[in-house]
Amino acid sequence: MSQVELIDITKSYDKQKDVLNGINLSIEEGEFFVLVGPSGSGKSTLLRMIAGLEEISGGFLKINDQTVNHLPPKERNLSMVFQNYALYPHLTVEQNILFGLKARKVEKREQQIRLMEAAEMLGLTELLKRKPRELSGGQRQRVALGRSVVSHAPLCLMDEPLSNLDAKLRANMRVQIRRLQKQLGLTMIYVTHDQVEAMTMGDRIMVLNEGKIQQVGKPITLYNEPENLFVASFIGSPKMNLGNAAFFADGNHLIIENQLHISIDPDVIMGVPKDRNLKVGIRAEHLFPGESKKDHIHHLEAVNVEQLGNETLIAFEVGSELWTAKWPGQWTIEFGQKVPVQILPQYLLFFDVETGQLIQSADIGKLREVVTI
Amino acid sequence: MMLSAGKKAIFYVLLIISAFLIAGPALMAIVMSFMTNQDILTGSLPTTISLDNYFAAFTRFPLLQYFLNSFIVSIVIMLGQLILSALAAYAFVFLEFKGRDFLFYLFIATMMVPFEASVIPNFHIIRDLGWIDRYSGLTVPFFATAFGTFLLRQNFKQIPKELREASQIEGIGDFKFFLKVILPVSRTSLVTYGIYSFLTSWNMYLWPLLVTTNDTVRTVQIGLKQLQTQEQLNDWGVIMAGAVIIILPTLILLFLGQKKLQKGLTEGALK
Repeated sequence: MSQVELIDITKSYDKQKDVLNGINLSIEEGEFFVLVGPSGSGKSTLLRMIAGLEEISGGFLKINDQTVNHLPPKERNLSMVFQNYALYPHLTVEQNILFGLKARKVEKREQQIRLMEAAEMLGLTELLKRKPRELSGGQRQRVALGRSVVSHAPLCLMDEPLSNLDAKLRANMRVQIRRLQKQLGLTMIYVTHDQVEAMTMGDRIMVLNEGKIQQVGKPITLYNEPENLFVASFIGSPKMNLGNAAFFADGNHLIIENQLHISIDPDVIMGVPKDRNLKVGIRAEHLFPGESKKDHIHHLEAVNVEQLGNETLIAFEVGSELWTAKWPGQWTIEFGQKVPVQILPQYLLFFDVETGQLIQSADIGKLREVVTI
Repeated sequence: MMLSAGKKAIFYVLLIISAFLIAGPALMAIVMSFMTNQDILTGSLPTTISLDNYFAAFTRFPLLQYFLNSFIVSIVIMLGQLILSALAAYAFVFLEFKGRDFLFYLFIATMMVPFEASVIPNFHIIRDLGWIDRYSGLTVPFFATAFGTFLLRQNFKQIPKELREASQIEGIGDFKFFLKVILPVSRTSLVTYGIYSFLTSWNMYLWPLLVTTNDTVRTVQIGLKQLQTQEQLNDWGVIMAGAVIIILPTLILLFLGQKKLQKGLTEGALK
């Protein structure tokens, strides 16, 4: 069993401003947990605190119900993969993988068994006698993984392990890491700044910004019901379209960015206060093509078009904001062309302008359950 | 860069002239070491070439003894400096303790104190310890060097911190990490510094002169000086032969070191 619990963890350097503040978190055994956030949000610091490489300024860290605040890294029974792989340049792949086992005085035969097992799993058998400098980025990454596999530690920490790889390889490694984690039943804590990586890999995600937890939850929950503006704009690609909005006096009309007038059925917006300024958000895939549709049509000026083959990304100017629509299929749209777009009020998310907190998520988003097979 | 033929010619002429200026004295010394005294003093080109001067250098003075002394002293200083500097540099890079940076700057500041300024106190200490005419007196005062520590610290700083962290997680202690990772990874700079330190000790003059009073522990540089002044009329051929013998190890070391250096450089560390 490997369960990590963080109770009111804080971190500050030199008694100055807190880098991390009030982190409460519980990570289940066998879970793939992703810490995501922009650079400087403190996610790597948090991971390093769990690893024991960084001192904990306040709060308790528990692994398997045992407080480990002051235990050195080696006694926490975990393995770690670093962004730059941290391979010893003078040792061969084999020696690199076995370095830790030798230090732990694991029996020679056992070492070889584990080595072969890991090499097979990661396709490193051919490369065992090579030095790290003779390997490509992806191969080095696999060696780093191998080092963590042979340690047989139940808890594995990864600090942006894929950010030095090119896009294609990254997608490949994502699958590989995920499979490895399931196969070995590891508890994984994975740090990344890439929200796509977080969405695709994590069982649960924690979004961190400026040292504070923004939201913890399943990827789909974070996508459909972001708790605040930060999560809303951070999760999802292209990012959620946001705009300032206010209700007309009658409460049935919404004006977005002083440009879009949307009539709303009052039932849809029961919980939304009508008397103050709001932020509304809508996902790119919910800005539908407006041709051959009648209601809620708005003509917007296209300022950029990106053809992706299977879908088309169209950027519109809405007030001071740039909104992106994602339309399936291939669309020929000229720059500057006025395009009819359907904006349905039931897809709108409402946020408080001042606090940035979610007031109401998209009605439809909640209704439409994730398809399970 | 493409150069016109005229410019090229000028460059080459200048280069050849400066090469002669730099290598000239050494070349002259080598040529003179094979000449008879008569030829040297008349300033003519060598009429006969002989090895007499070399035989003379070995028979007239305990050159082999000097040689051995220099060798022992240089090797011991080199090892001492390497070990102490590497350990200190490791501490300054990988160990975290209060006042580390201040201590380091203080350490570096000692580079500004010229060696000559510390000669007298050093001499007093060595004399009080009874280390005059001993290898220990010749070597121990040079073990701790700010320069070596500085050089190796800069090198160690290039080693990614993640290596230390990875080894911490694997449960490897500081000393083992130092031996198994730091030393092999930075062997290029260790060799460079080792050569530098060997050569400096080999060419030391003032200190060995002060702390030696007889031939048992004297080094070659002092021996060379003795060759020059023991007779009224300087036997330049013999002196030059001695000088050539003395620079030989230096040259050999440089050539060997160069090879090792190139190898080390091409091997390169991992980004």
